[in-house]
Amino acid sequence: MTAALEGTTPYRAPRAAPASFLKSEEAKGYTLIAPPFLYALALLGLPIVVVIAHSFWSQTYLTVDTTLTLDNYRQALFEPIYQDLLLRSLFISLTVSVTTVCLAYPVAYFISFHGGRHKGLWLFVITIPFWTSYLLRVMSWKVILGYSGVLNSALMGLGITDEPSSALLYNSTAVLITLTHAWVAFAILPIFVSLEKVDRTLIEAATDLGDGPVRSFLRVTLPLSLPGVIAALLIVMIPTVGDYVTPKMVGGTDGVMIANAIQAQFGRAMNKPLGAALSVTTMLAVTAMAFVSVMSLRALVRAFR
Amino acid sequence: MSLPRRLLANWLPAYAALFVLFLYLPVMLLPIFSVNLSATPKFPLTGLTLKWYEGLPKTPALLDAAWNSLIVGVSAAVLATVLGICAARAVTRYRFRGQRAMNGLIMAPLVMPEIIVAVSLLIVLLSAGLSLSLLTVTLGHVLICVPYSISVLISGFEGFDRSLEEASADLGETTAGTFRRVTLPMMTPAIISSLLVSFTISLDDFIMAFFLGGNDVTLPVYVWGQLRFAAKLPSVLALGTLLLVASMVLLTVAEIMRRRAAARTQTTGGLLA
Repeated sequence: MTAALEGTTPYRAPRAAPASFLKSEEAKGYTLIAPPFLYALALLGLPIVVVIAHSFWSQTYLTVDTTLTLDNYRQALFEPIYQDLLLRSLFISLTVSVTTVCLAYPVAYFISFHGGRHKGLWLFVITIPFWTSYLLRVMSWKVILGYSGVLNSALMGLGITDEPSSALLYNSTAVLITLTHAWVAFAILPIFVSLEKVDRTLIEAATDLGDGPVRSFLRVTLPLSLPGVIAALLIVMIPTVGDYVTPKMVGGTDGVMIANAIQAQFGRAMNKPLGAALSVTTMLAVTAMAFVSVMSLRALVRAFR
Repeated sequence: MSLPRRLLANWLPAYAALFVLFLYLPVMLLPIFSVNLSATPKFPLTGLTLKWYEGLPKTPALLDAAWNSLIVGVSAAVLATVLGICAARAVTRYRFRGQRAMNGLIMAPLVMPEIIVAVSLLIVLLSAGLSLSLLTVTLGHVLICVPYSISVLISGFEGFDRSLEEASADLGETTAGTFRRVTLPMMTPAIISSLLVSFTISLDDFIMAFFLGGNDVTLPVYVWGQLRFAAKLPSVLALGTLLLVASMVLLTVAEIMRRRAAARTQTTGGLLA
């Protein structure tokens, strides 16, 4: 499972083949990819189209009116509550993804450059918590940060505080900590993969030509590992913006995120079109944010060089 | 050795060790408090007990949820792996137009907020007239398991020596026969690994099960329901510990299998083995 991201590595061309052979090969390829592709098309592609359609419709009680309207988007973008939730979700996912990448990079570097024979073992040990139940990991943070929880009892036991603090749980900081902990292990993988690809002789060359370790890191290793950093940033940023469990369990009222509003529209509020518009808005907003982050990251690394 | 390099060499291992500690500490609290005598999870522990574990098999709702999780997990793992084999084989063995785009759609659930995938699926399944049940949960789980299954399988398929298949074809085997008698046996460890990883994902998944399950409850949804009651926390911790152990065992076996597959195809096992 440490191979989770290998599927994203670029396709390696097979040996060259004569044109007619290739044609039948092509047909075989289509036949093979058809089942998983059609499955994804029916259960992911089609639903997304349906959601986009819904976001332009309206609903009264159980009846969906298919007259096109932009009213859902007006609500999603301009109602203060949804604006707040969206901005907060974007802020949280940006903070979590940047923190995660910063925390994960040194570990990926350590494993790649100093892991020796035990690289595989290190990776396995580090990624295994990521694969254990997400719900349970969030729950353990609730146990740690709670009013009568581990941190409070430890602080009191050490005589640092006299009474338990209720400020630890049920706010956006608790959401930030929990999400960072949940995703940091996953961020290591793409960074590690790109560090493994860094040609070690280039670093030697930089050293031979008089660059110190910091300079050769900034000018050789960091730019070459940038694709991994970008991949890590994205695989954390995009899913966390729509996190539902963490804000619900440790967020309190101050830590509610957009996913909680989306769930409410599909559940109690029974307003699927608004829920759909919120989903589409969230996806577009996080895509835009991801794009800007990647661009600024590239510029930053170029400036260092 | 220059001074900055020595510093670097020293702080990195220390940091990595701290990092592992940070990753594991919160998770380790579950087993610790699951054997605590008192119902509130705080230090110092009041005494050791197994009573929270003993209560588990006496809860019918829990047993139902466990059974549901098992059904969904096994079905999702098998379906996802079958679809994963097709995709991984198509990607590693063949080349055709639109391959990247098709593969991109299949891998997309990996980089989408799960809740958006879940609610979109919810709308479509409901309008298709399906009622929410374990079947709809399974459909959702297959969708999110396939990308992981493909990743695991690709590391087994990549670098697979095609001359073995060509030899088999030259000796008169049909395409299907070659696949069954040459390719499949080579891939068995990767396939087992994919089954285990998919099962674990399905077993641990909450969002899909929560949105698409209707009245059918899987283990994570059961845990979610119990979390509202503070008095139920210790038994949830006990159950959580068992789930944790199950996941870790399954994943360890999966990783061993994946490496065996990678070694068998004579590659470096993708990049991470």
